[in-house]
Formats: sequence, C-alpha cells, structure tokens
Amino acid sequence: MMDRTEVFKRLNEIFQDIFDDEELVVTDETCADDVDDWDSLRHITLISAVEKAFGMKFAMKEVLEMENVGEMADILVERATK
Amino acid sequence: MESLTFSQLKKNLKKDTSDFKKIKLAVLGNCATQLLSQALRGYAYELRIALDVFDADYDQLEPQTLNPESELFQFEPDYILIQLCSEKLYLEFCDLPPAEQETFADKIIARIQEYWRRIEAKTKAPILQFDFVEFDDSVFGNFGLKTKKSFVYQIRRLNMLFSETAALDKQAFPIALNSLSAQIGRNAFYDPQLFYIAKMPIQVELLPQVVRRVFDTVEALAGHFRKCVVLDLDNTLWGGVVGDDGIEGIRIGELKDGKIYSDLQRYFKELRNRGILLAVCSKNEHAAAIQPFHEHPEMILREDDFVMFVSNWEDKASNIRHIRETLNIGMDSIVFIDDNPFERNAVRSQIADLTVPELPPEPEKYLDFLRKANLFETVSVSGEDAKRTQQYREEAQRTESAATFASYDEYLQSLEMVAEAKPFDLFHFARIAQLTQRSNQFNLRTIRYTESDIKRISEDDHFITLYFTLKDKFGDHGLISVVVLEKRDNGTLFINEFLMSCRVLKRGMEEFIINKIVSTAKENGFTLVEGEYIKTQKNAMVAQLYTQHGFTDCGNGIFHADPNTYIFTPNFIKENRS
Repeated sequence: MMDRTEVFKRLNEIFQDIFDDEELVVTDETCADDVDDWDSLRHITLISAVEKAFGMKFAMKEVLEMENVGEMADILVERATK
Repeated sequence: MESLTFSQLKKNLKKDTSDFKKIKLAVLGNCATQLLSQALRGYAYELRIALDVFDADYDQLEPQTLNPESELFQFEPDYILIQLCSEKLYLEFCDLPPAEQETFADKIIARIQEYWRRIEAKTKAPILQFDFVEFDDSVFGNFGLKTKKSFVYQIRRLNMLFSETAALDKQAFPIALNSLSAQIGRNAFYDPQLFYIAKMPIQVELLPQVVRRVFDTVEALAGHFRKCVVLDLDNTLWGGVVGDDGIEGIRIGELKDGKIYSDLQRYFKELRNRGILLAVCSKNEHAAAIQPFHEHPEMILREDDFVMFVSNWEDKASNIRHIRETLNIGMDSIVFIDDNPFERNAVRSQIADLTVPELPPEPEKYLDFLRKANLFETVSVSGEDAKRTQQYREEAQRTESAATFASYDEYLQSLEMVAEAKPFDLFHFARIAQLTQRSNQFNLRTIRYTESDIKRISEDDHFITLYFTLKDKFGDHGLISVVVLEKRDNGTLFINEFLMSCRVLKRGMEEFIINKIVSTAKENGFTLVEGEYIKTQKNAMVAQLYTQHGFTDCGNGIFHADPNTYIFTPNFIKENRS
C-alpha cells in the first residue's frame, strides 16, 4: 500500500507536466471539466504517464469510468509498484 | 538520440524553432494520428527542423485525396505520411462475403494505388506510407498460412503487393513499421486498451521509435545519409588481438566464438555491395593488421573490400579525419564502429558530426544492435552503387601517381581523360535522381529531384538535360555530373541544376561542363546563360564557380554569360561524341 499523500504529491507533478501548468493543484474532486485541455487525447497521455510513473496498468474499465482524481489515487494506493 | 521518450518529444513542442529549416508534413490515416503527429513534431525539433503538420481527422484519406481543393492539397505539403493500420483493415475484411475475402489484399492495394495516383497528380511531395503490421486472427490456426481465405494470408500478401507497387512508384517510400513491430514484439507494440479507447494501434511510448523511422527516410530524401563505415579490427571484425594472438589465434569462422565476427563481416560486406564504403582504422602494425585479409581462409572481408586501410599508432580521431579528407565526404556521413568504449568516447569528443554507435558490451549482440539502429537509410539504388568502392580505390591510386609528375598539368594530361555529355535517358534516371539527392558540396542550387521528377523533366521540352561521364586510364568514374537547363522565354537559358561528384574535382571536369553548357546555349540560339548559386551549409566550394569561369556577377547569387562572346576554359578532357 502506498501512502495516499505521497500518491497525490506525485500525481500533482504529473498533472502539472502533462497540462503544462505549474500552478495546477489537483484534489480528490478534480475532474476533466475543471482542467483546460483535458480532452480524450490528453487523457490517454495522462494515463500513459501515470502508468509509467507508478509501474502499474489501469484496467480499461477504470480508464473509462474514473470520475475524478480521487478515484485514480485510490487505485494507485492499491496497486502502485513504484 | 536512441532513447527519447514520448514526454521528452512533447516538451519539444513548446520550444522555439524559428531558426530551423521549415518542413510541411501532412498526416493521413485510418486511425487516430494526433499523438503520432505530436511525436513527429517533437522529433523534428531534435533534427533542427521546424515541422508544420497538417493532421487530417481519421478516415479522411478518401475525401482529402479526391477533392483537388482539399485542405491536404491547399496545405502544399513537402511530405505526406499515410498510416493504414491492420486492425482497422481487419474490420473491413470481416465485413466482406467469404468469396471476396480471398482477394482482400488486391482490393486494398488497388485502393492505395488510387490514393497515390490522386496525390501524384496534384503534388510532387514524396508519399511516405507505413507498411502493414502483420497479425494472425488465428481463425484458421496454422492452416491460415496456406489458405487465401485467412486474414494472415491476406495481410502478408498485402505487404508483398505493397512493396511491389512501391518499387514501381518513384514518389512512394514505404516505412518499415511491420519489422519494427516484430522486433519489439506484438504485445508491447499494440495495446488493445489504447486501440479500443483511442483508436491508436501503436503504444504511446513506442512513437519515438516509429517517427525515427519516418525521419530516416525524410532525411535521406533531403540528402542526409551515411556513405562510409570506418571499422576497428581487433575485437570488432575478429575476436582477439592479431598483434598478440597471431593470425592463427584470432577468432573468426569456426574458432570458438568466431562465427559472431563472420556474421558481422557478412553484414559489412552486404553494405559494401550496396554501395557503402568501408574503411579500416586500427591501432596496429600495418603488416600484422593486413595479414588476415590476405591469408586467413575464413575471413569474409578482403583487402579490396576497403576503400582505405589505415593501421598505425596515431590517435583514431586524426586517422578518421585523414580518411574523411581523402574520400572527400562529409563527416556526418561517416559511422565509426569500435568495440572499445574508451576509443569511442575519445573519438566522439573530438569529432562532433561523426556517428559513433554505443555498442552493447557483448559482441554477440553487435549485429542485432546495428541492424536495429538503421544507420544506412537510402532512398534509391542504382547499378553504380556496387562499383563505388572500386572507384574510390582507383582514386587513391591516382593520388599516388600524381606525386610522380613534375606539374599538375602534366599529371592531368597523363590521365588520358575522356568525357561524354548526353541527354537524360531511361537507363540513368535512377542514378541521376540519386546524384541530386547525394551531392551536397559541388551543387550550385541543391535542388533534390526524385526519379519521377527526372523522368518528367527529361520529357519536357522546356528543359535541356545533360549528364556527364568521365573515364581515364585508371578506370571509369561513371556518371558524375548532372545539369538541367531551363529554357526561358527571353532567349535566356537558366542553369536549373548543376552538380558534380567531388570525386572528380580539379581534373578540368568543371571547365568541361561549363564549356558544354555555354556551347549548348549557343547551338540552340540562346543569347544569355544565367546561373544561380544558392548557399547551403555545405556548398561554399562553388560560391565563386561562375565568376571563376568568366560569368558576370549580377548580385543576389545570379551570374550571367553571353554565349556568343564567352571564352572557353581550356582543359585536358577529350569529348567522346559517339
């Protein structure tokens, strides 16, 4: 099990990088509607970057059904290997 | 450069490219190509190219090529990249009635030919197209390999038809995606999740490798490709150190792990036969270094496979510079292969433009590594390629012979040079196009032509075309110069293309060619010959060529000569008018 605060800290860095916004702060509730440019293409790039950083793979169902960053963090807390 | 990640390429998208060469690329596909396009732009930055991409939405090949006023054609691309992914073709295959599935490959290739035909009618932009990633739907099991009804049979046949069709089309250049997929492995290359969510048939993190293959061909089309491999000997072309182990102790062929080195030698021999020059650069006593090439029965490479053989105790960077100067080719067209990391680093730190592959530590992996690196991309082959080593070797003999004459003129006279000037013909289209792509230094305007351009120009009455051959008592240089003269309305003959192989520099050939251009103008009633010099990073040697040969400098790189009063420059070359 990975520490949830640690997961969020690293996730935030990835989000800042992918969305090219150093001010961006993500919370449990952050979702696609809250972030400029979070379209389906950006989503793929994001998923790919998160999978690589945390050494895990999301299930397709998870990719499609994740509602917000909190849900993503929950999965990472469970399954991250690095 | 090998290990760039997608996110590194993505970061390049924001960087300033205003000083870079501008290239326009159109991307069309039957799948999502947005990330491919981003990767292309990001990779272009690494090559100092400002890439402007027009990315058609997916499945737009039909309308974009059909409508002559489409965004594709209005974009006026320099290159067009087409990606037809097999996974989407498979859906189409499944929708066909079984009888038509048996001719699926023919149906698809006919469609591709139609796309190419439409594109070629509108633009001269080279068409780059990925070949087809082969996968087996396993509906027929092993038997699928012997029945036309199976998808695996059809997709393999499609790849073969694709190569055959491209071989006949001078504007089309396949990009080897299928072998890349096979190298990496289908499971790593194709991610079903990505395909079902985003219609992307290639894993995001592999895009840098995919776009590299695209740029290998783009760069080769722009005249940037490698011409020469400089090879170390001990533990590179054979196992062991010949100076210590002796000729019987080096490992090559049957002795211990010698087969590793035999296969490496075969690889280099194949490159040599294709026209890549091989040279030796080894720290050794010359007599010991050359002995295996003369006497060892299991050596694949022989002395005459090498254009230069440099074995001494000088530092390798100096020797490589000497090789480059003698061959008169660009440092960026040379690859240096050495097993020793110390030598590689030393040479790399001293010669910036040289390619020095970082070989893996295990010799048995060298060959696979070199194959994957795709260091020797090309965009044409011609009958002259196989003769290249021979020609450069003869040149070395000429250099030695020159030293025995009192004056340079006396030496030139002794060469008994004979040249021919002929209009472009079918048998030489490939070689002519290749020269326009390869020549960088002695090239006045550096206009690159494909084979189809050359064919078109040769058939167009607005042009007078000339190619030149040269031979002397040491051998035949073959076709070494290309001139395209453009008839302009006002009695002006414009020198549209003028290039010459640097192999024949300073023999009087440039004088011979200019004389021929002016006399051709005169014979055809032109009152003015206009030449132009377009500066590039590499063609400074011809900046003054026209003024040195009696042309008037009109400014802005334009030079004029009057064919009726022109004083021809003497030289020692006889013209063969047969």
